[in-house]
Amino acid sequence: MGKNIIEKVWDQHVVYHEDGKPDLLYIDLHLLHEVTSPQAFEGLRLNHRKVRRPDLCFATMDHNVPTKNLPIINDPIAKTQINTLAKNCEEFGVPLADMGHPDQGIVHVIGPQLGLTQPGKTIVCGDSHTSTHGAFGAIAFGIGTSEVEHVLSTQTLWQSKPKTMQIHVKGELGFGVTAKDIILAIIAKFGIDVGTGHIVEFTGDAIHKLSMEERMTICNMSIEAGAKAGLISPDEITVDYVKGRKYTPQGDKFEEAKKYWLSLASDPDATYNKTLVIETSEIEPFVTWGTNPSMGSGVSKTVPYASNYTEESDKQALKKALTYMDLQEGTPLTDIEIQHVFIGSCTNSRLHDLRAAASVIKGKYVHPNVRAIVVPGSHSVKKLAEEEGIDKIFKDAGFEWRESGCSMCLAMNEDVVPAGERCASTSNRNFEGRQGTGARTHLVSPPMAAAAAIAGHFVDVREIMNVPV
Amino acid sequence: MEPINIVKSVVTPLNRKNVDTDQIISKEFLKRIERTGFGQFVFYHWRFDQDGQPIEDFVLNQPKYKGSKILVAHENFGCGSSREHAPWAILDYGFNVVVAPSFADIFHNNCFKNGILPIELKVSEIEELLAKGEQSVLEAEVNLQNQTLTADGKVYHFEINPYYKEMLLNGWDEIALTFKYEDYIKNYEKKRVQFS
Repeated sequence: MGKNIIEKVWDQHVVYHEDGKPDLLYIDLHLLHEVTSPQAFEGLRLNHRKVRRPDLCFATMDHNVPTKNLPIINDPIAKTQINTLAKNCEEFGVPLADMGHPDQGIVHVIGPQLGLTQPGKTIVCGDSHTSTHGAFGAIAFGIGTSEVEHVLSTQTLWQSKPKTMQIHVKGELGFGVTAKDIILAIIAKFGIDVGTGHIVEFTGDAIHKLSMEERMTICNMSIEAGAKAGLISPDEITVDYVKGRKYTPQGDKFEEAKKYWLSLASDPDATYNKTLVIETSEIEPFVTWGTNPSMGSGVSKTVPYASNYTEESDKQALKKALTYMDLQEGTPLTDIEIQHVFIGSCTNSRLHDLRAAASVIKGKYVHPNVRAIVVPGSHSVKKLAEEEGIDKIFKDAGFEWRESGCSMCLAMNEDVVPAGERCASTSNRNFEGRQGTGARTHLVSPPMAAAAAIAGHFVDVREIMNVPV
Repeated sequence: MEPINIVKSVVTPLNRKNVDTDQIISKEFLKRIERTGFGQFVFYHWRFDQDGQPIEDFVLNQPKYKGSKILVAHENFGCGSSREHAPWAILDYGFNVVVAPSFADIFHNNCFKNGILPIELKVSEIEELLAKGEQSVLEAEVNLQNQTLTADGKVYHFEINPYYKEMLLNGWDEIALTFKYEDYIKNYEKKRVQFS
């Protein structure tokens, strides 16, 4: 019987196996940032331990870096955290792309961009959106700070082998429907915890026709479906993306690697513990209306009614969410007015995302009631976008064009949505207070965010896009 | 970490599904570089209003649950961000045990590294504990060795991976244990697939 990619990559990395115990798993790449690492480095110091393989680590600063007026950091506590990371990296010999470094950016944007992310690797980071790197056919997952310390000390982790799940996206993707809409539709259909205890492989033509950047958007949000990790089998598109990057094998080594990477794809007769299917005909541009990523609908729909739900706990959850969001049952999503637009985050801040948003806003203006910002995912994305003139399109339309970082996705820096105001956001979480205390987040794709910025409320972006000929 | 076996206290019923780690510890409290002192911020925006005044009907503000070490909640507890500040805050506040029908994976792992026992029970059992805990003061006793939670004369059994059970019972440092596998790690590194 054939094997799926999850089993292949997992089995390849088991250092020690004993029945009834978690596996001791080797970690190929450990990414670090300033928020979840200080206590781990401190643990090493207290116990007189060293970093076992600094060559397999890479650190950057993203979560609380400012995105304007660099290099001034007004928040003294954020400054301490940033300085602590620099000090720790120096002391323990960990490579670092710090503020102002050309390789700096959101950790899940720079890993792939630098070629550190490769098929078949095990990749961890003290950040739940590490699942992003699964787009390359890697097993990539978020860990806590104690586990960060464990990986720093031993380059391994004790992990129970997760179950495997296939989510099959069937059919051709419709006009104006993006990767973000696919993943939001999956989470809305199957639920916020459908993936718990599983690693998910996304399959189907609709998935394998996507670019690497779009695949990253899908895998990024697999954690929002509760999955341990999400991945996509490597194919020619994967290999083409990886080729020629800073840390990618070169020449003959690359050819050897390519053969190995492609061999990792799930076998045609592979099986999974569970398979779920979604039809592309069910997927339209999405908008979330609630306080977790599963609370969303196609833009043509309304805010749901409590009577749509059978379980009392779901009715209660809806009520709580709508109270927080200040929305009424039955309100058409296109009637919801917004005051902020955020285009950025590890979900949607890559060149492809910025191009898609720019194509919608070109020659138009941000609505007078809206403040709109674009935060490129990395220094390099920003530079490439500027070379194409994308920054000019945004600026001419009235968007603020910022330096790279996590920014308004979690509002740890100064980019905050004020209480009671609404944001159309290309990020990944609409939890209460995520973008600021009392702030209301609606998750959308970059083109949908751009369209909302112009209209001042949600619109079906397909109505204002040029139909392809 | 502190070993854990028997925990006795009143039960705090948090009757919500999908409690995410952003709610357990909000982002503005993540900038500390220590592991300690997060308890004062746990569930901050559910405990306090915008003026910093306690919201009276939130369970953690109700006097009858004071000193509780056992938190009971609904499905998918600890979803979202990987921040270990969430279990640090829960522990620092005084909870050693969290009981729910299911936990998000990263939060679940993080508990075992910090001496917090996550207990999974059936939805019907959780609903029973939540209802009793809300109606009156429900005392419970958790016994990790026997894998039981006893409340109101009823014994609830739970399952736990023996590896994590031993870790919690002994309060072991996992890294020190893993160092014993150094030979396996070295051997693995010799044959490991790598291209660059």
